[in-house]
Amino acid sequence: MSPEFSEQTKKKIKEVISRYPRMEASLLPVLHLTQQEFGYLPEEAERAVAKMLRIKPVRVREAVTFYTMLHSQKKGKYHIQVCSNLTCSILGAEKLIDYLRNKLKIEPGETTADSKFTLSTVECLGACEAAPCMQINFDYYGNLDKKRIDSILESLD
Amino acid sequence: MKEKILTKNFGLKNSFKIDVYLEKKGYTAVRKALKEMTPEQILDEVKKANLRGRGGAGFPAGVKWSFVPDVDKPKYLCANADEGEPGTFKDRYIMAHDPHLLIEGVIITCFCVGIHHAFIYIRGEYEAVALRLEQAISEAYEKGFLGKNILKTGFKLDITVHRGAGAYICGEETGLLESLEGKRGYPRLKPPFPASIGLFQCPTVINNVETLSNVPAIILKGADWFCQQGLPGDGGTRIFGVSGMVKNPGIYELPVGTSLRDIIFKHAGGMKEGKTLKAVIPGGMSAPILRADEIDLKMDFDSLVEAKSMLGSAAIIVIDEETPILEVLKAVAKFYSHESCGQCTPCRIGTSWINKIVKRLVQGKGEQEDLKAILRLANNILGKTLCPLGDAAAMPISSIVEKFNDELESSLIQ
Ligand SMILES: Cc1cc2nc3c(=O)[nH]c(=O)nc-3n(C[C@H](O)[C@H](O)[C@H](O)COP(=O)(O)O)c2cc1C
Ligand code: SF4
Ligand code: FES
Repeated sequence: MSPEFSEQTKKKIKEVISRYPRMEASLLPVLHLTQQEFGYLPEEAERAVAKMLRIKPVRVREAVTFYTMLHSQKKGKYHIQVCSNLTCSILGAEKLIDYLRNKLKIEPGETTADSKFTLSTVECLGACEAAPCMQINFDYYGNLDKKRIDSILESLD
Repeated sequence: MKEKILTKNFGLKNSFKIDVYLEKKGYTAVRKALKEMTPEQILDEVKKANLRGRGGAGFPAGVKWSFVPDVDKPKYLCANADEGEPGTFKDRYIMAHDPHLLIEGVIITCFCVGIHHAFIYIRGEYEAVALRLEQAISEAYEKGFLGKNILKTGFKLDITVHRGAGAYICGEETGLLESLEGKRGYPRLKPPFPASIGLFQCPTVINNVETLSNVPAIILKGADWFCQQGLPGDGGTRIFGVSGMVKNPGIYELPVGTSLRDIIFKHAGGMKEGKTLKAVIPGGMSAPILRADEIDLKMDFDSLVEAKSMLGSAAIIVIDEETPILEVLKAVAKFYSHESCGQCTPCRIGTSWINKIVKRLVQGKGEQEDLKAILRLANNILGKTLCPLGDAAAMPISSIVEKFNDELESSLIQ
């Protein structure tokens, strides 16, 4: 079964492909758009992308398994990615990760039973001036402490 | 009088909009370059300016451009905006606050080298910044600074923003090329260098965002002026990104050669209340660590090599006495074992073994032999890998174990 892309995404994909001198070079942007559409990259989506870009499905699989931002598994509605690299660690990231583990009752890599939150630890987010920090979906949050985490999570419905 | 080159517009309202940029005499360098200068003159000026690469290795930009052969193939420019080096966040500031500065630098570079398609490879996490760049690029097309007939000179150029998807190795220039071709970011064997065989087997220039953003000022004010802002052989300013246990973490644009002690204690406000300095990583995580008594040095490429460290991306990570050195070692070991692409054995196995040993140390189960084993493993990576990530892992790890041996030994089982 081939997944249904919305007309809008199809249009965007076409536009993105046109920006590259070779079609296969648009693989990452097309996968970003596809993941945006379905929330993750199921196998059928990988195949559909391979067909669109006229490349072998294995090429798409290679990319999906290499890049940490591309996932074959569904994530929660909010993907909380806490930086555990050096600057954030110095400023207490580990305690915050423990706090989130207890608060959400999941380990890094897991999703809550209601599919609302997925917790991950990531390497440096490139926002060390605001350490400790995290990214939720595409938004950055810096200068974290437990109180701030509480209020951020409360603001998400 | 030293001036700001890269961050001068950051405080302005809507600094990222083209109208504000034009009001501040933006795009006059492009006019001058395209209308009054030949590509050869531009190349000469940039060479004379001793603009050294801001991405890590410090290679002179003008020299790199001169390696591009005159062949009958398309040529490409890749602006490296992957910014994955832990501690580094300066390119994000340039792109978010003054994207037109980068675009102007890209246009002049492309005109100089004869390039008609440039890519900006930006790390995937910077989605909001990528959007801002795209908006800036469409403004530049509208005003005739990009497209088929730039400023009616007949020069044509397109810029494509390309988002990565989370892999540090894609910041390495040939990993970046592979990634941009739609593949895993496995670095290529060099030579051939990208300048002759790069993207789609065509000649390709790869420069860091900050490097390219210096080009407009060099064109407008000249190489001599640029050298005066920094050092004769290492011109201009650097955006130092300071993070860790300091009062005011953030970016500081200062002349190349500014003292490390001054950056930390004058510009970044010194240590946080009640903290004392233990160590500094002066050039992103790949740079060997410095002890607190080693920070009286000038921040330029050559001085740091002399100090057996590295200026790298000029990202300064400040570590305080209360932070166990084992925590630093743990973060470094974890990072490289996670980011090794796995293509070559010394790096793949070496980084993961070191990481395992360090985990054991953290659990309080370390033995005398372990510290030696870490040094031996690091030494077996050094110089024996396909890309510089291997060295980038081995050097800081050895430096931590060597310089803080006493503290590490005290954490071992006696
Ligand atoms: C593992 C690794 C990661 C790198 N990451 C980056 C990066 O994120 N950004 C960057 O500009 N250069 C990075 N570099 C350096 C690039 O390979 C390359 O030297 C640089 O982009 C060239 O530009 P420059 O001469 O203007 O500095 C990295 C190098 C290595 C070995
Ligand atoms: S040195 Fe490491 S990162 Fe570089 S190619 Fe080899 S395995 Fe990959
Ligand atoms: S170390 Fe956490 S954002 Fe850089």
